[in-house]
Amino acid sequence: MFSGKVFGALAGAAVLALSAGGAVAQPKDKIKVGFIYVGPVGDHGWSYQHDQGRQAIEKAFPGKVTTTFVESVPEADSERAIEQLARTGHDLIFTTSFGFMEPTLKVAKKYPNIKFEHATGFKRAPNLATYAAKFHEGRYIIGQIAGKMTKTDTIGYVGAFPIPEVIAGINAFYLGAQSVNPDVKIKIVFANTWYDPAKEGDAAKALLDQGVDVLAQHTDSPAPIQAAEARGKFGFGQASDMERFAPKAQLTAIVDNWSDYYVARTKAVLDGTWKSEDTWGGLDSKMVVMTPYKNMPDDVKKLAEETEAAIRSGKLNPFKCPIIGQDGKEIECKGNGALSDEQVLGMNFYVKGIEDKIPQ
Amino acid sequence: MRFELTPRTNISPVMRAVAPVVAFITAFLIAGFVIWLMGRSPIAAFDVYVLQPLSDPWSLQELVVKATPLALIAIGLSYCFRANLWNIGAEGQYTMGAIFGSWLALNTHGTDAGLWVLPLMLLLSILGGALYGLIPAFLKTRFGVNEILTSLMLVYVAQQILDYLARGPWRDPKGFNFPQSVTFDPAATLPSILEESRVHYGAIFALVAILVTAVILGRTLFGYRLKLTGDAPRAAQFAGFSARSTTLAVFAISGGLAGLAGIVEVSGQIGQIQPSISNNYGFTAITVAFLGRLNPVGILIASLVVALTFIGGENAQILLKLPLDLTQAFQGILLMCVLAADAMVSYRIRFATRGGGK
Repeated sequence: MFSGKVFGALAGAAVLALSAGGAVAQPKDKIKVGFIYVGPVGDHGWSYQHDQGRQAIEKAFPGKVTTTFVESVPEADSERAIEQLARTGHDLIFTTSFGFMEPTLKVAKKYPNIKFEHATGFKRAPNLATYAAKFHEGRYIIGQIAGKMTKTDTIGYVGAFPIPEVIAGINAFYLGAQSVNPDVKIKIVFANTWYDPAKEGDAAKALLDQGVDVLAQHTDSPAPIQAAEARGKFGFGQASDMERFAPKAQLTAIVDNWSDYYVARTKAVLDGTWKSEDTWGGLDSKMVVMTPYKNMPDDVKKLAEETEAAIRSGKLNPFKCPIIGQDGKEIECKGNGALSDEQVLGMNFYVKGIEDKIPQ
Repeated sequence: MRFELTPRTNISPVMRAVAPVVAFITAFLIAGFVIWLMGRSPIAAFDVYVLQPLSDPWSLQELVVKATPLALIAIGLSYCFRANLWNIGAEGQYTMGAIFGSWLALNTHGTDAGLWVLPLMLLLSILGGALYGLIPAFLKTRFGVNEILTSLMLVYVAQQILDYLARGPWRDPKGFNFPQSVTFDPAATLPSILEESRVHYGAIFALVAILVTAVILGRTLFGYRLKLTGDAPRAAQFAGFSARSTTLAVFAISGGLAGLAGIVEVSGQIGQIQPSISNNYGFTAITVAFLGRLNPVGILIASLVVALTFIGGENAQILLKLPLDLTQAFQGILLMCVLAADAMVSYRIRFATRGGGK
């Protein structure tokens, strides 16, 4: 169901050696599952979607599983919050931001009988699994829509931080746009925050002022798409369906669907079959879900649906080779006809046609 | 009808001592009422928020860990604030101290450099913080620039420099391009006081800083000079105390201690450089300094109390599923009550009737 083994060899040095077998778990009748969120549950984006997943667990195992969350946990100060969950009888703990990686690893070492799962990281241990989603698949689709919908041939992108996950998203978005509109230009602003509606909104307005008429975002609040709505421009929902915030502007939304994964992992702990592994789900495993395509002509809608189907069936990979870097040189193709998973997860270059520089 | 505040001439020491206690009780009563309105038990909340963290060895240790940077920074700030100089930029000095110290940690990474690394890192961090603190002090003494603005704005400069380093030159080459440095070698890691504990030597530094400050403020000419500069600047001038050198000195001290807090947190807690190394400690410490009335012992207590509100707040989320907003509201209520209690001790409140005024 989920594609695994993303970092296998590469991460070897950084990851604890997987001891043979690990701790063999027994089936359990009742368990507690804890969550650490980087933002408030009310961000209507990243943390909100993780919380939807938490609620799905509660619904799936009535009477057997209780859940807890701690919200707005600063990354540099998260070890205590994670350990507090471990100390208060939680059997399975999800830490849901990249910055929780080292603290989660530290606490996992200290509590070998508790299962930990860290989102978007690359360090694993016998009791610490990792998981992430291939959001760039969705971003390729919205790139195509943006390339078709733009009248100014200028599309915009509000990024959080210039980390590989965001860079890969920008590249996939731009490659999608380029595939249907060779003249398209992209303008990028980094808000340097995952969640700060004021900053995100300002970034969006700055882009709209520069002639951007279709706006994508990789920050968590609805502020950027709301800015697009206010100006009569278009945007895309991020992490959750943001239609209610921007009914006219939202063309579609890339929804993070953690529910199936969280329910499956909780069940594994209940059954005693939980194993530490790496999961990287995309459109095919429904970890990434597109909301209905709206506010666009039928031909664009049809194109988007076809692209979605092609990616889901494996016929289309957003990073199919050749990929040309900004300097005009072809990027070495380390995967099977496309960039390898490692190349995507560590992406640190813009593709040809993007005129910005990655902030260093 | 309106209120009038008139300063009290004789402030009773008993009242001053009792005021914070009354403030605490009031804050808990208000918060308890809110919790009761939410349909939860205020007694259970009090237990989870205050009693459990204070009765469990693990939480007590975490309390010390959390209070350490707050106390270190706040004690430094008390020098500035006593002299009526407004250093709002401790967060930047903290960051710069962390950068200076980490420079050595990263440049000795992977070598067999020995025991000298850590002490030198600590000294560098003090130097870095002090130098960074001296910028607004220099601008004030030389050009008369308002130190509130410059010190505050330099926070963002320091954060951008840290951000640049974490993404650029100091990025771990094996870290998949994520903005993080390598993890520090053991030689560059501030050790724990006890094995298997997160309490590191930073806590001792904070205690030493508090003790030394108590002696300096109470027993030395420099301490008297600060008080005089703050309370009666003209008198200080007549006494021959140069405002210029006082400004430079207190900013250097305050910056140095904030810088030390920076490396203590990075080396003892986080273990690597990353774009975010502070949980707003430099700003929270301003609250701590005033909650502690700029008094060394007061600051020690205030840093523990503020740390308790964080830890208790997490407990309340985990054990009672009380929202984080309530914790933040409680922190605000507490500060308001303490300030209000202090005001009522120092001032008499009169109800003046309309027309009765001047």
